[in-house]
Amino acid sequence: MSTLQITDLHASVVTDAGETPILKGVDLTVESGRTQAVMGPNGSGKSTLAYVIAGHPKYTVTQGSITLDGEDVLDMSVDERARAGLFLAMQYPVEVPGVSVSNFLRTSATSIRGEAPKLRTWIGEVKEAMAGLQMDGAFAERNVNEGFSGGEKKRHEILQMSLLKPKIAILDETDSGLDVDALRVVSEGVNRFQEDSGAGVLLITHYTRILRYITPDVVNVFAGGRIVETGGPELAEVLESEGYERFADLTKA
Amino acid sequence: MSTVEAPPSDLAPRVLSNDPGDHETPHGREEEWRFTPVAKLGDFFDAGQRGSVTAAPSEFVTMIPAEMESSTVEKAAHWVASDLPSALARTHATSVVSVAIPAEREVDDIVVVDLAGSEELNYGRIEISAGAFSKATVVLRLDMTTDVSGIVVTDVADQAALTVLALYDGPRTSRHVWQWATTVGRDASFLGLSIALGGSIIRLQQNVRYAGPGGSAELLGAFLASDEQFQEFRIFVDHNEPHCVSNVVFKGALSGAQAHTVWIGDVHVRREAVGIETYELNRNLLLNDGPRADSVPNLELETGDVVSAGHASATGRFDDEQLFYLQSRGITEELARQLVVRGFFVDVLDKVTDADLRRDVIRRIEERIGMEAIEQQLTEVDA
Ligand SMILES: Nc1ncnc2c1ncn2[C@@H]1O[C@H](COP(=O)(O)OP(=O)(O)OP(=O)(O)O)[C@@H](O)[C@H]1O
Ligand SMILES: [Mg+2]
Repeated sequence: MSTLQITDLHASVVTDAGETPILKGVDLTVESGRTQAVMGPNGSGKSTLAYVIAGHPKYTVTQGSITLDGEDVLDMSVDERARAGLFLAMQYPVEVPGVSVSNFLRTSATSIRGEAPKLRTWIGEVKEAMAGLQMDGAFAERNVNEGFSGGEKKRHEILQMSLLKPKIAILDETDSGLDVDALRVVSEGVNRFQEDSGAGVLLITHYTRILRYITPDVVNVFAGGRIVETGGPELAEVLESEGYERFADLTKA
Repeated sequence: MSTVEAPPSDLAPRVLSNDPGDHETPHGREEEWRFTPVAKLGDFFDAGQRGSVTAAPSEFVTMIPAEMESSTVEKAAHWVASDLPSALARTHATSVVSVAIPAEREVDDIVVVDLAGSEELNYGRIEISAGAFSKATVVLRLDMTTDVSGIVVTDVADQAALTVLALYDGPRTSRHVWQWATTVGRDASFLGLSIALGGSIIRLQQNVRYAGPGGSAELLGAFLASDEQFQEFRIFVDHNEPHCVSNVVFKGALSGAQAHTVWIGDVHVRREAVGIETYELNRNLLLNDGPRADSVPNLELETGDVVSAGHASATGRFDDEQLFYLQSRGITEELARQLVVRGFFVDVLDKVTDADLRRDVIRRIEERIGMEAIEQQLTEVDA
């Protein structure tokens, strides 16, 4: 059992122009085996929340705490957080020229597991994970995210998640940029991962579409840098038909 | 020694003569020397007590006494000194390191030439000839502790395929001023790799011309400058024959407040050089604030009848987003930096087809960046 506990989280983005507060008091708990959906309009701060959990250096936490099984996450470096069991599937994965996917995956797995996986079993493991996401084997020889289509990038993120087996996975708009077939394949990959590993999932999305494939336990509406409403899966249906209109005034808060 | 008439291009050298007296002493205001710290190279411009660069003889390597008259390789390569250091080296080096691959000979093993100097400053004369239809890879190891002012004259005969990798990996005190001149024969191919890691000053002038149609020249460079290192790469490709190819790719990683690199890529496509393909690229990666990278591509086209002609140059900061991405997968910052730097050089290093040699070069680069952990970890992947 693992628990990611976010309490009264305030964070700002640091730019040349100065510090702009974005997260304004987020309270959220993600537990093993459960799926928390976070839904909200563009610019409400969903990715900021994901980045702050992962430790992106552009953001500073000004108040509140994040703990994983009681350990202070904010005290950890980016790579320590990953080794502690956190994983962020990014909305905009980064290109790393000259570094092949296979090299990258193996270096990551070695870092997370603390030792290099045995080559023979590793090759099988990667093949199986790729097949599960309907990814071509040739993919492993390409450079990380370089020239990947939107869908390929998202599959690659989920591939990493299934190989690195985090305790808590944060999926930031993994559904955006996917056609219906790809959405189904990727969602099944997420479900399989969660069944096999019992991980907790924080599913960030703008649209309700992905919730037809991945059933959340809790749906949180995010607006103006915090959670403004919490409910069951039925809340997603409301959002589907009514949109985020009624939360518009809350975004100013 | 008679002065040969200079070719009709702004990019080509003005004075061609082996007589040092025919060349002006560089002051630093000349176009060719304006980036170079000439004040730190004073002894390279006068003939004093100098040694000569030597190498141990082996199957393809011999030491031959220097003569005033142009050598066979120099004649084949149309080589004449074009500045004061090259004229001094040509005139005062007492011996020539000759690397000769016989015609039709395909050499499987790498021909390693370990170069050494005897005095503080040494004149180097190296001649490389690849006979017709031959195939070979030559590695010039330039990791001597002494200073060198040298010339490398290379003749690649018809249909030969020659790779020459020069590894500048001496201590941080050594100074290198080299002039390379390569002639690429009909349907021949030349791959020149410059790996510059050590030294306090490295200045490399690399000239290529063709002796017939269908030749291909690739000049690749990977350089790493830190602290107070100065490195200058001046490329001049003279497209004087039709249907030839040139590809120039130089990549540099710079760190430290005082590091300074210069890349000048001059390509001259003459009127008769129809149907050629040329591309040149310089990319520099600044690992932190402070270093200076000058980059000047220059393409002079006398004919529009070419297959392709292009150049690109870019200098950019180390990308923190790449670091974050890798670190978010559990990879330590140190390892992540190393992956990014290695990835930056990969297209150049991939041209080193010999696996052992490539590993050696990568190891040297990584040692210079001060990171060693990754190699053991990943050898299993490469294997
Ligand atoms: N690195 C940054 N530099 C400047 N502004 C930023 C940065 N990151 C976030 N912001 C600002 O913070 C606010 C929240 O952005 P964020 O990306 O977290 O929203 P989001 O909810 O993920 O939006 P989307 O649905 O478009 O993905 C926006 O106004 C955005 O412009
Ligand atoms: Mg977002």
